[in-house]
Amino acid sequence: MPNLGIEVLFKGSNMLRLLGGLWVSLRISLIAVGFSILLGIPLGILMTVNSKIIKAFTRLYLEVVRVMPQMVLLFIVFFGTTRIFGWNLNAEIASVIVFSFWGTAEMADLVRGAFISIPKHQYESARALGMNSPAIFTVVILPQTVRRLLPLSINLVTRMIKTTSLVMMIGVVEVLKVGQQIIEANRTSSPNAAFGVYGTVFLLYFIGCWPISMLSKYLEKRWSNA
Amino acid sequence: MHKEEIIKISHITKRYEENAILEDFSLSVYEGEVVVIVGPSGCGKSTILRIMNGLEPIQKGEVTYRGEKVDGKLGSITRIREKVGMVFQSYELFPHKTILQNIMLAPVLVQKRDKKEVKEEALQLLNRVGLLEKKDSYPRQLSGGQKQRVAIVRALCMHPEVLLFDEVTAALDPEMVREVLEVLLSLAKEGKTMVIVTHEMSFAKAVADRVIFLDGGHLEEEGTPAEFFEHPKTERAKQFLNTFTYDKVERE
Ligand SMILES: Nc1ncnc2c1ncn2[C@@H]1O[C@H](COP(=O)(O)OP(=O)(O)OP(=O)(O)O)[C@@H](O)[C@H]1O
Ligand SMILES: [Mg+2]
Repeated sequence: MPNLGIEVLFKGSNMLRLLGGLWVSLRISLIAVGFSILLGIPLGILMTVNSKIIKAFTRLYLEVVRVMPQMVLLFIVFFGTTRIFGWNLNAEIASVIVFSFWGTAEMADLVRGAFISIPKHQYESARALGMNSPAIFTVVILPQTVRRLLPLSINLVTRMIKTTSLVMMIGVVEVLKVGQQIIEANRTSSPNAAFGVYGTVFLLYFIGCWPISMLSKYLEKRWSNA
Repeated sequence: MHKEEIIKISHITKRYEENAILEDFSLSVYEGEVVVIVGPSGCGKSTILRIMNGLEPIQKGEVTYRGEKVDGKLGSITRIREKVGMVFQSYELFPHKTILQNIMLAPVLVQKRDKKEVKEEALQLLNRVGLLEKKDSYPRQLSGGQKQRVAIVRALCMHPEVLLFDEVTAALDPEMVREVLEVLLSLAKEGKTMVIVTHEMSFAKAVADRVIFLDGGHLEEEGTPAEFFEHPKTERAKQFLNTFTYDKVERE
């Protein structure tokens, strides 16, 4: 059997270090996801309002986030702010800022999409049944919106977890960076470590994202009627 | 025979932007009668029903329900809508709720009625339209005709005093039309007050106490079904009724 270079993981505390790296990735994405949901939902609802000014601003925001590679955003926030404002931003905080900035835009767009996809007739038949606006919103519209929204936003969460691999570019030691460090340190003793370590990193991402992705599939199926 | 006026539309004007859809239009609906509104597409039939239910603002005139003003902006509108039920062409059940939940929602939430009593009534009504076994299904599991019967039950369960039906069979396959119209016929037999917009002329003839023929936003002709269908007075009505019959092809 060829040497898969797995043995380095059992040297010293390497496995623990990798798990620690995974925790850094998850921590950044989970905090960013929290902010994205908190800010994205009201922004998304705001985007359904019929106002040219609001539309123009939110459109601009969305386009900027979409065309700009996350890496560039990371560099701007991390290095740019040091330069211009003389702030010494912690790399992890800079990452959270960038991912929240990105996630809020995506989340808001999902929320907007979910709301406008509810047919006008749903409002009307509820109104014809004598329901008032708050009741229509909470009992008829919101549940349908959430059903449409949840699988999509879970998908966004897994995308955010994956994209956190970029934050090592500004010096955050997350799971991929730890992997690289282990490979470097063992270059002479275990030349095949790259396979074993990256394979393990792959598995860790998989373990992090797969259950979330399954949950979204499950919800989608369960709510396919809505 | 002197019956009480339930809905009264007096001299209303309805515009969409600059286009006048209805001009100086009046119509009264009396207790226990079935009014059928017919007319060419786009003449304003749906608009009239929507105005009766306060779903559409008007620019002039007044609509009243038992003397009370019908206006979508007034707080009293939800109370009036409990009494004026409406069923639309596109059977809009709530897709995230079961059939039973669809029916029970408004009576429990809006009318604050007892859940058990509402459920009993809902089941009884479902049984009446032959859909009792569908009570726990979701709307997507029903055919168009079944959904439309549920929509009718949903409106009935509110104990409305008047029912407005807007082309409830227009979106249905021909073989499903009958099962829905049968329900309306049985309601008519019970003496329910109804305003029905339909393109099904033989049904209109069977169900109506009074036929209103609308054209270009005004009332062109009005009469009993016998008068209107057998001896239409106006040229427009004759033309309109002719669109439903075809001449036999004569071969040389
Ligand atoms: N929201 C709207 N904005 C602008 N015009 C409208 C709107 N709704 C309806 N109209 C116009 O008002 C007129 C009457 O519409 P309405 O839906 O009442 O006709 P209808 O008699 O029900 O027709 P149909 O038999 O096709 O259902 C039509 O010319 C239609 O184009
Ligand atoms: Mg219509």
